[in-house]
Amino acid sequence: MRISAMFEGLKGKRPALIAYLTAGDPSPVRTPALVAALERGGVDLIELGVPFSDPVADGPVIQAASERAIQAGTTLGKVLEIAEEIRRHSQIPLLLFSYLNPVMKYGVSALARDAVNAGIDGVLLTDLTVEEAGKTARVMREAGLDTVFLASPTSSPRRMEMVAKHSSGFIYLVSRMGVTGERQALSGSLAPLISGMRKVTTLPLAAGFGISTPEQAAQVGRLADGVVLGSAIVRIVEQNQNSEDLEKKLESFARSLSAALHGVSA
Amino acid sequence: MRGSLSLKSSQPDALGHFGEFGGRYVPETLMSPLEELEAAYLAAKEDPAFHAELQDLLSNYAGRPTAIYHARRLSETLGGARIYFKREDLLHTGAHKINNCLGQALLARRMGKKRVIAETGAGQHGVATATVCALFGFECVVYMGEEDMRRQRLNVFRMRLLGARVAGVATGSRTLKDAISEAMRDWVTNAGATYYLLGSALGAHPYPMMVRDFHRVIGVEARAQMLERESRLPDAIFACVGGGSNAIGIFHPFLEDKGVKLVGIEAGGRGTRLGEHAARFSGGSPGVLQGAYSYLLQDADGQIALTHSVSAGLDYALVGPEHAWLQQQGRAEYTSATDEQALEAAKLLSRTEGIIPALESAHAVAEAIRRAPSAKGQVFLVNLSGRGDKDMDIYRENFIELDAQGSDYAH
Repeated sequence: MRISAMFEGLKGKRPALIAYLTAGDPSPVRTPALVAALERGGVDLIELGVPFSDPVADGPVIQAASERAIQAGTTLGKVLEIAEEIRRHSQIPLLLFSYLNPVMKYGVSALARDAVNAGIDGVLLTDLTVEEAGKTARVMREAGLDTVFLASPTSSPRRMEMVAKHSSGFIYLVSRMGVTGERQALSGSLAPLISGMRKVTTLPLAAGFGISTPEQAAQVGRLADGVVLGSAIVRIVEQNQNSEDLEKKLESFARSLSAALHGVSA
Repeated sequence: MRGSLSLKSSQPDALGHFGEFGGRYVPETLMSPLEELEAAYLAAKEDPAFHAELQDLLSNYAGRPTAIYHARRLSETLGGARIYFKREDLLHTGAHKINNCLGQALLARRMGKKRVIAETGAGQHGVATATVCALFGFECVVYMGEEDMRRQRLNVFRMRLLGARVAGVATGSRTLKDAISEAMRDWVTNAGATYYLLGSALGAHPYPMMVRDFHRVIGVEARAQMLERESRLPDAIFACVGGGSNAIGIFHPFLEDKGVKLVGIEAGGRGTRLGEHAARFSGGSPGVLQGAYSYLLQDADGQIALTHSVSAGLDYALVGPEHAWLQQQGRAEYTSATDEQALEAAKLLSRTEGIIPALESAHAVAEAIRRAPSAKGQVFLVNLSGRGDKDMDIYRENFIELDAQGSDYAH
């Protein structure tokens, strides 16, 4: 219940800062230190991405990160080992973020058990629609994992209700059409999506896709309970993968984001 | 609804399941475009004007009905079954793909879309899409893996001549599955004004059902033609299976004809090791790729495996979900032909009948050739889904001795 406790603790104070990292990029041994750096910089929740060979929802930055991680030998089993390692030193909420096929191959029940044992708090499966989610979500919940689903600007009111029904912990709002990646301007479709979701759920709402600067984070944070950054963080990993300063750079970027979120309330 | 599927209709349930296969496995952002597409398709299906216009285009533009041809010399050479070919290779643009493209283009126009995107492997679907876009005045973007662009240069040029933009895809294996991923990324970004014209019986519901419906005409015609020519139905029907659109199109109207064996032929490539072929039934296991749950070539960690086939059109890691269901029901059987068997079959068909098949179709021909000698008295029907013009470079590379023999007359 680390996820709910974290959102509860921040309620009325400021929005949560959520960071996505492709696990195993640039190599599995480095991920725990990258997570620690982000946590020092003020990140409240880590989305641990499982690299997949065919990431249809991702833009070029995360596609490239997935390829690097797979090249470095990162499997779903390895990601669980990484989580276990993170858990030895940290209580930061961890959300496993994966495409469905690696999870199916691993086995849903086996994964639910092993993820809990590794200290994972919740699971988000990008291409598992609420229509297909019934059994998988039940198994995950029974094992004690939160199940986070996506809502998007194109979700109808009926779909928003289904997303709310299947989700626990929080709901991930895709703030605009398209794949993951940084954008200059934020989309105007977030505000109506948030008000639509507030009508059907009391769960915290975190928004992502296209957010890359502290200013954008603050802007989104005025509407949502959490702000997710992915590609902007993965790009720092990409550009500094061979540098000793990688951790320092991640920490200082996270610090600039968390500073921008202080004093912002939804 | 699951489990209520019968061979009589072979219609998926409301969520697109053929038994446990099919369904919709996509990012949430694509769900509403898929629901919009499904609603538009179901409405069009009930509209006589839609069918009349499609029928007119199929007859007067594409060249339907296609002939059914008794291959006497090939049959005599093999000394067994009487072999017939359904001549989809004679259609405009050279393959069955145009059936689906005309249907979906009419649907796109009905939905008010102005921009059409598509993926292509061998380039046949890309050419058919570029063709209908020219016909309807749509902006057209075709995603194609850079490796396939290299293998199918002529089709790249054909698409450009037709006014389409060919967008090279440099990610992953640079083949069909990467082109599909890139088309899905475009669609997820531009769904409002863009129609995604998927080219096979693959992807999320309603595509497998809709693409199948647009190709059913192949089997409907063939069934009537066989009855007229032989006063009986064939003993077996052979069709190659990449995604499986030509196969499901010819199989579907025969599903209730229990005496008709349905045989799908996958790409056996150059070996049985993972990565050397595209035989999903013998070498794969159920999984999810690009919207559908079906038999999939994957590694132990659930990463999608690379595939190989001499034929780009069969070179894909997932088989269409309705085929997975037909296999599970025991209604259709699936086997494979190797690169070499397909090439030899193409050569034999060329020399006995004067018909040069597409490399994809040559896989189906190969299996019919293999079985014909021991099938005396039987009637075989092979779906000749495309012609070989586009494959001439590959035939030349593989039949070097023909290309290098110089003057065929002694002076």
